Amino acid sequence: MRVFWILWRREVASAFQTPMAWVILFFLLLVTGFNFYAGVSVLNHGPTEVTVVESFFNTVFFWFSFLLLFPLLTMRLYSEEYRSGTIEPLMTAPVRDTQVVLAKFFGVLFLYAFLWMPTGLYFLIFWWQTHLTAAGAVGAFVGSYLLLLLMGMFYLSLGCLCSSLTRHQITAAVMTFAVIALFFLTGLLSFLAGHVDTMMQGVTITFSPIDQMTQFSRGIFDTRPVVWYLVMTGLCLFLTLQSFQARRWRS
Amino acid sequence: MISVQGLTKSYGSTDAVRDLTFSVDRGEVVGFLGPNGAGKSTTMKILSGFLPADAGEVGIAGFNICSQSLQARSRIGYLPENVPLYPEMRVGEYLRYRAALKGVRSRRMREKVDDALELCFIGHVRSQLIGTLSKGYRQRVGLADALVNEPDILILDEPTIGLDPAQIREVRQLIKSLATRHTILLSSHILSEVEMTCSRVLILNKGRIVATGTPSELRERTGLPLSGPVRMEVQAGDQAAIQEILKAIRSLEYVSSASLIDSELSGNWARFEILPSSSGDPRSTLFEEAVRRGWKLRELSARESSLEEIFTSLMTQLPVNAGTKVEVVS
Repeated sequence: MRVFWILWRREVASAFQTPMAWVILFFLLLVTGFNFYAGVSVLNHGPTEVTVVESFFNTVFFWFSFLLLFPLLTMRLYSEEYRSGTIEPLMTAPVRDTQVVLAKFFGVLFLYAFLWMPTGLYFLIFWWQTHLTAAGAVGAFVGSYLLLLLMGMFYLSLGCLCSSLTRHQITAAVMTFAVIALFFLTGLLSFLAGHVDTMMQGVTITFSPIDQMTQFSRGIFDTRPVVWYLVMTGLCLFLTLQSFQARRWRS
Repeated sequence: MISVQGLTKSYGSTDAVRDLTFSVDRGEVVGFLGPNGAGKSTTMKILSGFLPADAGEVGIAGFNICSQSLQARSRIGYLPENVPLYPEMRVGEYLRYRAALKGVRSRRMREKVDDALELCFIGHVRSQLIGTLSKGYRQRVGLADALVNEPDILILDEPTIGLDPAQIREVRQLIKSLATRHTILLSSHILSEVEMTCSRVLILNKGRIVATGTPSELRERTGLPLSGPVRMEVQAGDQAAIQEILKAIRSLEYVSSASLIDSELSGNWARFEILPSSSGDPRSTLFEEAVRRGWKLRELSARESSLEEIFTSLMTQLPVNAGTKVEVVS
C-alpha cells in the first residue's frame, strides 16, 4: 500500500508538472462553459421539457469533449515509459507489477475527476442565482456525475490497456479512441434496426452512453450500466497487467 | 553476492547470452568487458530483475531473482544504460521518490538523499529540473539513484559512456571510493577503464565469457608486452636517410618489423611504425639507438590496442598460453 501511494503521487504530480493537464483543463472548461451557457439560454427562450442538468449532459459539445479526453489522458501512461526507458529503473525497484498498474489507473482517474470538478460549480452558481427547484434536483445531479465517473473508469482502463500495448503514444491514442468510439456507437444500433423492442432497449441501456446519460441526468438510476462498467474496468485492468508483464517476457 | 548459473537469453532467433556462469564475491569490483552486442547489457538487465532469462539461475545475496524478486531487487542499485530519468522532475524530488520506492523510511530520507547528492557531487543542482541537465549530470543523478538506499550490490551499465574526460575521471574516482562499501559489477567497452577500476575482469564476446582474470593477467594473456605498435617520428633529410633509419631499426632487439608510414611531413620529419616482437618492449632500445646515431626524435609512443585486437589475440593465443594461471573459460 505504501508503494502504491508513492507511485500514485508521482503519476498525479507528473501530470500537473507538465503543461498537459492544464491545457486539457483549459479547453475542457472552455467547451463545457460554452455548453452550459447554451443550455441556460435554451431555458431562457421559453418553457422546455429538459432541466439544466439534462441540457448540459446531452449535447454534442459535452460528448465531443468527453470522448476526446480519454486518448489524451491515457496515451502517455505506459508508452512514454517504454519509449524513454524509464520503465527500466521503475521495474528494477522493489515494486510489484500490480502496484504499478493500479497506481497508473487511479492516478489518471484522479486527474479525470479533477478535470470535471469545476463543472459542478456551474450548477452551484446557477442554483445560487436562480433558486429553481429543477436546478437543485440532487438525484439528477448525483446520477449524472456518478455515471460520468463510471464511464470514466471504463474508458480510462481501456486507455491504460492500449497504452500498455505500444511504445508509440499516437498509436495508443488512436487505438483508445477507436475502441471507445465502437462502444459509444452501439447506441446507434436502435437507429439501424429501425424499431425499438425490449431486447434492443436492454442492449442500448447497457452499452450506449447517450441512452444511459439521458436516464441518469433525469435522476433515474439503473444498476445494469453500473455493473457493466465496474466489471469492464476490472477486466481491462486485468488485461493491462497481462500485457504489461508479457511485454517484458517478449522483449 | 552474485551467482549466475547457466544463464541463457535469446531475442527471437539470435542468442544474446549463452550459458553464462560466474560469481561475484562480497566486496569485489568486477568489470564486464566486451564490444557492443556482446551481451553485457542483457546480462545486467537480467541480473537487475528487469528481463527474465530463458534458462539458468541468478542468485542475488542469496535470493533468486525470479522467485524472490522483491527481496533480490531491494538489494540492488542499478544504473541502466543511457540513464532514463523523468525530465519533469527535480533532482532532489526524483531521489526522494526513488528512495521511498526502495523502502527508505521518511525519518532517514533527508539524510540518505543528502548523502547520495553529496557523494555524486550534485548537491548544487538538487532543485534543477532533470530535463535541463547535461549528460554528465544525468549520469550522476542515475548513480545517486542507484546508491540512495545503500544497496549491497551496484550494477552499473556503462557508467562513463557519453561523459567528457574530466567527468570520466570523477566517475571512476567515485566508483573506486564506493568499492569499500559495495559489491560492484560494471560494464564497459574501454579496456583501460576496467583496468583502472576493477579487481577482476570478465571478457564477454557474442554472449559467452571468453576469459576471466585480473587486468594484468589478461594483459599477459594477450602474449604481447605492448598491446599495439610503436610509433616513432625522426627527422630524415632524404630517401637514403630514411632507408638507413629503417635498416637500423629493423636490426634492433624486440623489433619484429618496421615500416615507413609518412615522409611528407613538413620539416623533413618521417613517421615510422614498429611492431614489437613477443619477447619485449622495443621503446628503450629505440631511444638508445636514436641517441647513439644522433637522430632527431620528436615522438616515440605505443598505441593502446583496441578491444577487438585483444579479442583476436586472446582467441588465437589461447592454446599457447594455457599454462598461465588465468582461468580459461571458453
